[in-house]
Amino acid sequence: MPSDPPPRLQMRGIRKTFGSTIALGRVDLEILPGEVHALVGENGAGKSTLMKVLSGAHTPDEGEMLFSGEPYRPRNPLEARARGVGMIYQELSIAPHLTVEENIVLGMEPVMGPFIDRKEMRRRALEALARFEHPDLRPDMRAGDLSVSAQQLIEIGRSLAMGCKVLVFDEPTSSLAQKDIERLFLLIDRLRDQGISIIYISHFLEEVKRLASRLTVLRDGSVVGTRDVATASTDEIVAMMVGRSVEDLYPRTERTPGETILEIHKLAGATKPVSADLTLRRGEVVGIAGLVGSGRTEFLRTVFGLDRVRSGEIVMRGKAGKASPRGRWQQGIGMLSENRKEEGLALNLSIADNVTLTCLDRFGVAGTVSPKRQQAATQTWIERLGIKCQGPTQKIGALSGGNQQKAAFARLLQHDVDILLLDEPTRGIDIAAKARIYEAINEAVTDPQRPRAVILISSYLPELFGTCDRIAVMSQGRLTRAVPVGKLTPEDVMRVATGKADDLPDSSS
Amino acid sequence: MSIRSILTLLGPFLALVVVYGIFGAMKPAMFTPDVALSVLTQTVIVATAAIGMTLIIISGGIDLSVGSIIAMASVAAATFVTKGYSPFIVFAGTIAFGALCGMLNGGLTVGLRLLPFIVTLGTMQIFRGGAKVYAKGTPVNLPFDNTHYKAWMGGSGLPHGVWMMVALVIVMTLVLRFTRFGRYVFAVGSNENTATLCGVNVAKVKILVYAFGGAMAGLAAVMNMAKSSQGDPTTAMGLELDVIAAVVIGGASLSGGEGSVLGALIGALLMTTIRTGCVLNGIPTPWTEVITGAIIVIAVIIDRLRHRRAA
Repeated sequence: MPSDPPPRLQMRGIRKTFGSTIALGRVDLEILPGEVHALVGENGAGKSTLMKVLSGAHTPDEGEMLFSGEPYRPRNPLEARARGVGMIYQELSIAPHLTVEENIVLGMEPVMGPFIDRKEMRRRALEALARFEHPDLRPDMRAGDLSVSAQQLIEIGRSLAMGCKVLVFDEPTSSLAQKDIERLFLLIDRLRDQGISIIYISHFLEEVKRLASRLTVLRDGSVVGTRDVATASTDEIVAMMVGRSVEDLYPRTERTPGETILEIHKLAGATKPVSADLTLRRGEVVGIAGLVGSGRTEFLRTVFGLDRVRSGEIVMRGKAGKASPRGRWQQGIGMLSENRKEEGLALNLSIADNVTLTCLDRFGVAGTVSPKRQQAATQTWIERLGIKCQGPTQKIGALSGGNQQKAAFARLLQHDVDILLLDEPTRGIDIAAKARIYEAINEAVTDPQRPRAVILISSYLPELFGTCDRIAVMSQGRLTRAVPVGKLTPEDVMRVATGKADDLPDSSS
Repeated sequence: MSIRSILTLLGPFLALVVVYGIFGAMKPAMFTPDVALSVLTQTVIVATAAIGMTLIIISGGIDLSVGSIIAMASVAAATFVTKGYSPFIVFAGTIAFGALCGMLNGGLTVGLRLLPFIVTLGTMQIFRGGAKVYAKGTPVNLPFDNTHYKAWMGGSGLPHGVWMMVALVIVMTLVLRFTRFGRYVFAVGSNENTATLCGVNVAKVKILVYAFGGAMAGLAAVMNMAKSSQGDPTTAMGLELDVIAAVVIGGASLSGGEGSVLGALIGALLMTTIRTGCVLNGIPTPWTEVITGAIIVIAVIIDRLRHRRAA
């Protein structure tokens, strides 16, 4: 109706291709004043590309954008910010040696002739900071000395100081502690109440539900749909993101846990874990939930011998064994680390070299290695896991993230381990690769001849509930009992993870 | 050999052919068997040391002390000869001596967790100082009757040293490609964390690689002694840069995980070609350094471009 104010932001028919890749097909997006609008989608869905178009980093091939009804065609991010669209990326762009106020006005410093107008700079900084109500943030502090969450506020302040009416947050909570996340959410509420529109990009549907009033789902470069957060269920949202129903994503055949294969008693590492007990049986997947920094990765690394064991016992099949990576692989325990690029893959070596690195002795006699046999063995996994590549001799660095992760996973299968320690195995990869890995996990634990056992760390509750038989929670270095999934709700898990409860509900009830 | 490894070697090989051709066009004497033989022979010392350096660089390390090891080992070798030991003992003893120096480098790097650049910067001085102290500042001269050693770096026909160089290149190429140890060297250089995760004994691989580099430097020292009939503690000053340059021109990456022994040989040949070509054409020696330096920079740029295209 003509009397209604126009939406704050309109993107119509946005199309962007890179060569033969269609990053965005035909995207329509509408953002209202004073709303928090979530943008969700898997990796590769097109969220970053869409935001790059919005911020002027990319020019769309087709389509138009309107800001408060006026044409909006930024040629670069600075222009976008001047028009009123501010981006807060995961990687903060703070100049650590400058002060808070200098950072806030960076790029558009108020000047008096050739000099910086410090009074005006102070005024603008205070105005921006006033919105945050942060007790410790003062304009003359050195930005590099501040915590990550405070630095994030400086970035927000920079956009606000320019008068931005639209703020885009791209996965803002991934490196924040719980307390800072709460504070950020309150800030977003406050900014929304002040009439600012917020586009919130996140994987975490719990956050979306907490903050947003509407959400738009992207998949493979197109909009699947826009929903009201109040009425959309998590299953519905995931199905839209993923293109298949939740049951299809986490395949599960009948699990029958067998003999106890691993016992961990009162394990303590250098700093974390503080105390962990776990019993693992063949044929089951035990998940470990917990917040970032709770000690889950340290736990797995200590079990695997990468970090020092301070006290406690790790017993596999009745034997204690050597606590070193070499010893663990020999015992039949394998590990998939959480950051394959830094620790997991040797990027400029071939796929075959990466997959067979732990069991080279099987490919030759007296210290020799037959590249042909390495390649043949690797080819088996390339086909079984659907790794898209030019062949086993291709450098693994050339593969996409999902295919790299499949190859890292293939290493454990190639070595033929009995116990798989998986740390965030599907983080940062596309949905098809995730599905394939879930299938592989299921196959491993339901193998009729020799069912394997899996410990899975994940920050994504639907993944834990979809793939695991039991879940334990790590909180501040302490691991709870592992409780069957059927007796748990996601809220039970989060309550323990955030410290509101000490233990999971009694599984016997 | 895979297509990719052939292409990687093609660059340096073409460079060698082109540079040789250019110098030959300026002075056809370049193409005579005598000059070609001289180029091959003069490459032996740098190439032998470069074979060891290639493994060190592939593993992600570096050894700046190689020139000093050669100096100290030359003095040791000459001393062994003057003491009347058999050639076998002279070779074995000098190689072992070099290996010990290398193990010191490796041990310090691994044990103290220091950057190899810093460690070998220090041992570079220690070893050369040690050589000068032992020899009391003067070269150790070989007795007149040392025709046996002369045949390694001179005499008629192809000197033994050239055959040895070629044989070593073949053997080490096979080792890098077809042995577990070779795979581990590449893995440690490509990503040490990954190698550790996969149970590779990273410390052992590193110490072995530096020991091998030292052994090759020891062997190069015997050749050096054979060529100059003396063990001179001031010899091979700055040779480490020639050796590293040969390895880099040959396609190795200083960040580790890539490299080839054959490429290092081609790199060493290229540098000798430049030097010989300049001498034949009466170009003053400083120009040799300018040209060699320019070739190294070009090689690194090409290497960078190759990586970016593949990424």
